[in-house]
Amino acid sequence: MELLSGAEMVVRALRDEGVKYIYGYPGGALLHIYDAIFTQDEVEHILVRHEQAATHMADAYARATGKAGVALVTSGPGATNAVTGIATAYMDSIPMVVITGQVMSHLIGEDAFQETDMIGVSRPIVKHSFSVQRPEEIPEIIKKAFHIAESGRPGPVVVDIPKDMTTPTERYEYEYPKSVKMRSYNPIMKGHTGQIKKAVDMLLAAKRPVIYAGGGVIMGDASEQLTALARELGYPVTNTLMGLGGYPGTDKQFIGMLGMHGSYEANMAMHHSDLILAVGARFDDRVTNGTDKFCPTAKIVHVDIDPASISKTIKADVPIVGPAQAVLKEMLDQLHAAKKAPCADSLKAWWEQIEEWRGRHGGRFKTDDSELMKPQQVIEMLSKVTNGDAYVCSDVGQHQMFAAQYYKFNKPNRWINSGGLGTMGFGLPAAMGVKLNFPEEEVVCVTGEGSIQMNIQELSTISQYDIPVKVICLNNQSLGMVRQWQDMNYESRHSQSYMKSLPDFMKLVESYGHVGIKVERYEDLEGAMREAFALKDRMVFMDIAVDPFEHVYPMQVPRGSMRDMWLSKTERT
Amino acid sequence: MRHIISVLMENEPGALSRVVGLFSQRNFNIESLTVAPTEDETLSRLTVTTVGDDRVVEQITKQLNKLIDVVKVVDLTEGDHLERELMMIKMKANNGTVRAEIKRTADIFRGTIIDVTPNTFTVQLVGSSSKLDAFIEALGTSNIMEVVRSGVSGIARGEKVLTL
Ligand SMILES: Cc1cc2nc3c(=O)[nH]c(=O)nc-3n(C[C@H](O)[C@H](O)[C@H](O)COP(=O)(O)OP(=O)(O)OC[C@H]3O[C@@H](n4cnc5c(N)ncnc54)[C@H](O)[C@@H]3O)c2cc1C
Ligand SMILES: Cc1ncc(C[n+]2csc(CCOP(=O)(O)OP(=O)(O)O)c2C)c(N)n1
Ligand SMILES: [Mg+2]
Repeated sequence: MELLSGAEMVVRALRDEGVKYIYGYPGGALLHIYDAIFTQDEVEHILVRHEQAATHMADAYARATGKAGVALVTSGPGATNAVTGIATAYMDSIPMVVITGQVMSHLIGEDAFQETDMIGVSRPIVKHSFSVQRPEEIPEIIKKAFHIAESGRPGPVVVDIPKDMTTPTERYEYEYPKSVKMRSYNPIMKGHTGQIKKAVDMLLAAKRPVIYAGGGVIMGDASEQLTALARELGYPVTNTLMGLGGYPGTDKQFIGMLGMHGSYEANMAMHHSDLILAVGARFDDRVTNGTDKFCPTAKIVHVDIDPASISKTIKADVPIVGPAQAVLKEMLDQLHAAKKAPCADSLKAWWEQIEEWRGRHGGRFKTDDSELMKPQQVIEMLSKVTNGDAYVCSDVGQHQMFAAQYYKFNKPNRWINSGGLGTMGFGLPAAMGVKLNFPEEEVVCVTGEGSIQMNIQELSTISQYDIPVKVICLNNQSLGMVRQWQDMNYESRHSQSYMKSLPDFMKLVESYGHVGIKVERYEDLEGAMREAFALKDRMVFMDIAVDPFEHVYPMQVPRGSMRDMWLSKTERT
Repeated sequence: MRHIISVLMENEPGALSRVVGLFSQRNFNIESLTVAPTEDETLSRLTVTTVGDDRVVEQITKQLNKLIDVVKVVDLTEGDHLERELMMIKMKANNGTVRAEIKRTADIFRGTIIDVTPNTFTVQLVGSSSKLDAFIEALGTSNIMEVVRSGVSGIARGEKVLTL
């Protein structure tokens, strides 16, 4: 057997796990590991400009592929800079392995230089964490970290490695385990057949059904099964923000996103339904609105891999614990075996009702006479120019909601955004993480002039590694989402939501060697966007001036039911 | 309602802090908590008493089960069970009447006097939490100098066991 130092084992284990890129930033506690990285070329290290970006790159890779991304950060400030990224992944159940350097084990607890109790700091935002006690454990711990991160309900795992575990002169036998077993961790592989039977009976008997599918369908690789089941039944499908792309966005059975900024028809259909089939969705407060008023006539079938997601906020009538893919497949099999179809008349009446809703308010924004471009128009154009086929990585704010509402996602894993934590600054590093791994694909970052400045330093990383992402900055010169709430709830007192002294983004990106394109009129938009995408090998930053007064609608009325919505600045349901 | 939840977990550093952290992170309440290794030295057993409605307690058991270090969780209050807590209580006992009174009350509650000085008695008492409460009430708080309680341990009645 080969003898390797702890540092070499870390790198070798990553290679043996099939990792191509790791994203990180060096520091004292990691110097042995960085030396081990230097002497091989199978695992490529991407040097970011801030550790937060490393975690978002790893996270976005995971969102695009389902496999855990890897970040490497040093002890103390390196580790704490990674915290936002770990929390972002945790809230959206994204698999990630974060290796953090630690001070030498004999110094732990002594307030040593750059010491932070990272196991403690990260405890509430990880699926699990490991602290290496002996160098020989490294291969097994890394194997376990990937296994835990990727299986069951995915999530981030932290591996904290004291520097003396990686000493180059101390060598140990290295073997990477093919698999690991843990007596206390056995993710569930299939759903309960009896419960699935109950669900199928209820689905067949339903008169006003809705399928409500979330991020679990994306991360659980179940969009094929979801689409097949929905088509077989002919039922309407709504997606959460995290579930977009799980069902084709241009399909006529798709009724849009639901929730706070969901479509009128999706929220109305939910409210009036008699049966909700929830798959891989967690009845988040941005979805349910007031839980006491939630869908008063609906029975709920809830499929989720995590029993704790079921009946957490809304009680399920039929809980089904299991992976979406296996459960949906079994539902489909049982449905075929039952040789029954839903009642055609009720379904027809239900669709007529939904079409009526769709016709009444279906997702239109008003283009008034002003010169100002509407942000929605930009997203529609983006959808057109990229054929709805790009990886769209978003930041957080109004632009994120517009992207969710107006980009038509037909494929899973292509809409990449921070939903649960809502992390401004996510978009650019996320786009970089995706582009690096899918160089042939169009990768876009939709952002605002506020969010982009939270990780703008990564323009430098983009230069170093030639990562030609396209940035679509919806520049409304304000923290639009905050401003909207202030308009609606604080009599337009715009406390600190106005962005003064914005940089000249053109000059800024040019100084990093990238291309800047500024657009101020709608007439110029399509041409400019096509020009940007034609520059295949260049990073292009499109600074697009949009109406600063625009609001995101629909918007649910706080603590109301699903159907209580503002539809414009003046109309309410 | 009050629940007694028993947890079997890996006897590893950090496991306890994950359990305790979970309770504060998720706003679950802890009335008492005990933990010690079991006959199998790779496992420890933790007992936590908590108060919450069915929905909260369901979340508590589900969230505990999700912790990677946790091997098994059972809500003992769902079935017949035994609960015991140990208390040591130090009291002023500086005259004959008080000493006799404490001794008599301790006898009624099957407590034992485990330490004596000219001015103090220390009584040990084992029982359910409510029995310990009743003992304190019976003695009155005026003579109490110090109370230490172990927190609740519990076990199912009959043949049911919590093992691997
Ligand atoms: C500004 C802003 C506005 C927002 N507005 C909205 C809005 O209008 N509408 C909206 O929907 N969201 C909105 N969100 C997002 C919201 O906060 C939540 O992140 C989102 O609703 C959660 O999506 P989800 O229910 O699909 O769950 P996710 O967070 O994606 O969780 C996935 C669920 O699936 C389960 N799961 C994982 N893997 C599997 C598997 N293999 N099989 C089965 N189950 C699995 C998990 O256990 C979990 O319960 C907004 C966010 C921001 C920042
Ligand atoms: C790190 C972080 N800080 C604060 C917030 C709160 N917040 C949500 S949206 C928003 C404004 C975003 O502004 P911008 O990026 O310009 O997007 P816009 O809403 O204008 O489209 C803020 C401050 C957040 N989500 N993340
Ligand atoms: Mg803005």
